[in-house]
Amino acid sequence: MNFEKIRSILKTKTIGIAGCGGLGSNCAVALARVGIGKLIICDFDIIVESNLNRQYFFYDQIGQKKAHALKENIHRINPAVTIEAHDIKLDPENIIELFSGCDIIVEAFDRADMKKMIIETVLNKMPDLPLVSGIGLSGWGNSNAIQMKQSGDLYICGDGISEATEDNPPLAPRVGIAANMQANTVLEILLGKNI
Amino acid sequence: MNITLNNSQEVIDKETLTVAELLQIKNFTFKLLIIKINDKVVKQQEYANAEIKEGDDVIVLHLISGG
Repeated sequence: MNFEKIRSILKTKTIGIAGCGGLGSNCAVALARVGIGKLIICDFDIIVESNLNRQYFFYDQIGQKKAHALKENIHRINPAVTIEAHDIKLDPENIIELFSGCDIIVEAFDRADMKKMIIETVLNKMPDLPLVSGIGLSGWGNSNAIQMKQSGDLYICGDGISEATEDNPPLAPRVGIAANMQANTVLEILLGKNI
Repeated sequence: MNITLNNSQEVIDKETLTVAELLQIKNFTFKLLIIKINDKVVKQQEYANAEIKEGDDVIVLHLISGG
């Protein structure tokens, strides 16, 4: 499939990105570069200096809302992407409201309890909607442990075990692998397997 | 009984099995889990009663922070 054909398929698609941190910002940028039609990006947080070790923001954006800053950055890369940016904390009600028109949802939260919340919400309340989650991506090295595993409409990208702690922080290279694996999984769902 | 656990074949040395028993046998002590039996999510309050049967496809997903 050539890039024109790929783009003609992707431009009709809408992806929901739940969280604009390390996973969400990098995954959204990858999808924007290949010409996804619409992104619905959600985050309630503001950018702080410690985010810059992995998140797709710039030093002069410290203090800005992540959802709005990410929209600006994506539009500098590809102004053709339609972006709905929501400065909002996601919960089981607004997830359904905001993401029900999406072709796929990307789970890109930091906290484990929020990951559980969105996985339960989508699996229970939004049947047949693919959810691509990122679990286990902290630290460095051991690139080959990061894998995609599918279970029905749930796709998990990560090593499943590397929790973010004080001594094992999430860092750009490994978070980037997982975030781009999420974006690559989105493409595989939308375009089919490329054997 | 034979089940599929996290995409691998497992033999559990029991005739009947609940989700709570499986977690105990496998020593899964994590706090935040998503459990699916044959693609259906099992709620946390149902772990003690939810039965796993021969041939079931069980997913136990351990949720950890980082993103």
